[in-house]
Amino acid sequence: MTATLIWILVVLVLIGVYLSWTAGRLDRLHARIDAARAALDAQLLRRASVAQELATSGVLDPAASIVLYEAAHAARQAVEEQREVAESELSQALRAVFADREQMEAVKDAPGGEETALELAEAVRRVPMARRFHNDAVRAARALRRHRKVRWFRLAGHAPFPMAFEMDDEPPAALIDRAA
Amino acid sequence: MRIGIVCPYSWDVPGGVQFHIRDLAEYFIRLGHDVSVLAPADDDTPLPPYVVSAGRAVPVPYNGSVARLNFGFLSAARVRRWLQQGSFDVIHIHEPTSPSLGLLTCWAAQGPIVATFHTSNPRSRAMIAAYAILQAALEKISARIAVSEYARRTLVEHLGGDAVVIPNGVDVDFFAKADPNPEWQGDTIGFIGRIDEPRKGLPVLMKALPRILAARPQTRLLVAGRGDEKEAVEGLPRELRPRVEFLGMISDEDKARLLRSVDLYVAPNTGGESFGIILVEAMSAGAPVLASDLDAFAQVLDRGAAGELFPNEDADALAGKALELLGNPERRAELRERGSVHVRRFDWSTVGADILSVYETVTAGAAAVAADDRTTGLWSRFGLARD
Repeated sequence: MTATLIWILVVLVLIGVYLSWTAGRLDRLHARIDAARAALDAQLLRRASVAQELATSGVLDPAASIVLYEAAHAARQAVEEQREVAESELSQALRAVFADREQMEAVKDAPGGEETALELAEAVRRVPMARRFHNDAVRAARALRRHRKVRWFRLAGHAPFPMAFEMDDEPPAALIDRAA
Repeated sequence: MRIGIVCPYSWDVPGGVQFHIRDLAEYFIRLGHDVSVLAPADDDTPLPPYVVSAGRAVPVPYNGSVARLNFGFLSAARVRRWLQQGSFDVIHIHEPTSPSLGLLTCWAAQGPIVATFHTSNPRSRAMIAAYAILQAALEKISARIAVSEYARRTLVEHLGGDAVVIPNGVDVDFFAKADPNPEWQGDTIGFIGRIDEPRKGLPVLMKALPRILAARPQTRLLVAGRGDEKEAVEGLPRELRPRVEFLGMISDEDKARLLRSVDLYVAPNTGGESFGIILVEAMSAGAPVLASDLDAFAQVLDRGAAGELFPNEDADALAGKALELLGNPERRAELRERGSVHVRRFDWSTVGADILSVYETVTAGAAAVAADDRTTGLWSRFGLARD
């Protein structure tokens, strides 16, 4: 009788340890998503700032300036629900404006342009990186949260179900072509 | 930035991953970063100042061959000490799925962790059994890097998630500026790799050789690499054997000179390659490349634009393509030209900057690396951890 009781107690404790360990895992994943999201936000903001700077610099022709300014401005001001669309539109605008290498050369030739060009190239390369890291964290958290033990024991608490950030982040070819 | 790099394989044994880590560490040190590499090494081997020994690796049978791995209580303690003393901004683990230092570090650390997946192993039985444990450790990795699109695909299939592709780096100028050796010039074909490892493909090349020599008797094959030389030429008719020259193990300098000297570099590997650094080195040295059409090779050669491809294990096709190239100097010059432009993306200046971008992306808005107290002690589960 006592032996049975002890065994039940041992099993309960082990289950408790396991659940607490899982909750710790989940907590760490949520923290990772937060950090990844902050990094993604920073990169997106950086990209929009450089684009806006370029648009108002007078280096580009007026039509290109307006297109780029409009898209960069919209991306910076977008509310959360429209963020993905606005950022995708900025990617498209950047691709349209820097479709050919000459445009990039013109930017580089302007005073201080070399630096801006470098910043833009860096920003368009880091946005897809940050997005991939963010979505990877989201996928890992979702996989764990869908698990029975997490749902039954409500281990996720009140944390919102994580959402991937989906956008068109294809950089302009003239900016990433580093072989030339 | 304070960077900690974890190497899973013995520092004493030369290998692709070790060289990659060495070059990467030295590149970052040149840029003024603080770098520490944790690697398995015998205590009496001389190590560069930036390498910290994690103790001796133990040879154990794993995954069908004998691997030298680090695990157990002592290694785990060394990993924790290294993490505590280093106070790194970011740690970069190589090959985190091998049951060695990489996995131990993953288990013991928290904070920004970057991991590079080098090989594209088919999923092993052990990995399926340990999936839950592996997943819990791999979840901590904030950024995954795959060395090729092919490696990324296997990673996604086996472990889920995603990775950015950053190729392995090569010091392009080291190869481009090497002096050709006149002894190795004049209608020569080059091959570098272990002679006795069939997947490096020397047997395929040996099978193709009689046809090449029948059309071009003046051609020589130069083979650099360890292994039994007699066994390698056994399949060859006796009168053709002198056309094969074995150079044995050669130094990095000689490797560069060899690649600068040959008229054609052949990579007949039959499988198990996830990148193909030797192709990049050959292209850097300006050698026209003919390689088997493995996924990884095709990608490095830009789908055949920067080098010729032949169907894997098809000795006849290899001979045909080799003869075509050897008899056509214009085509070889064109490949040389295209290759040397193409390899710029594999130069350390580009690859290193990309890896640094990854570090900066994951460290933005995150705390520094620390030893993870939550997973390591059972006591801490109950709030009984000793300070």
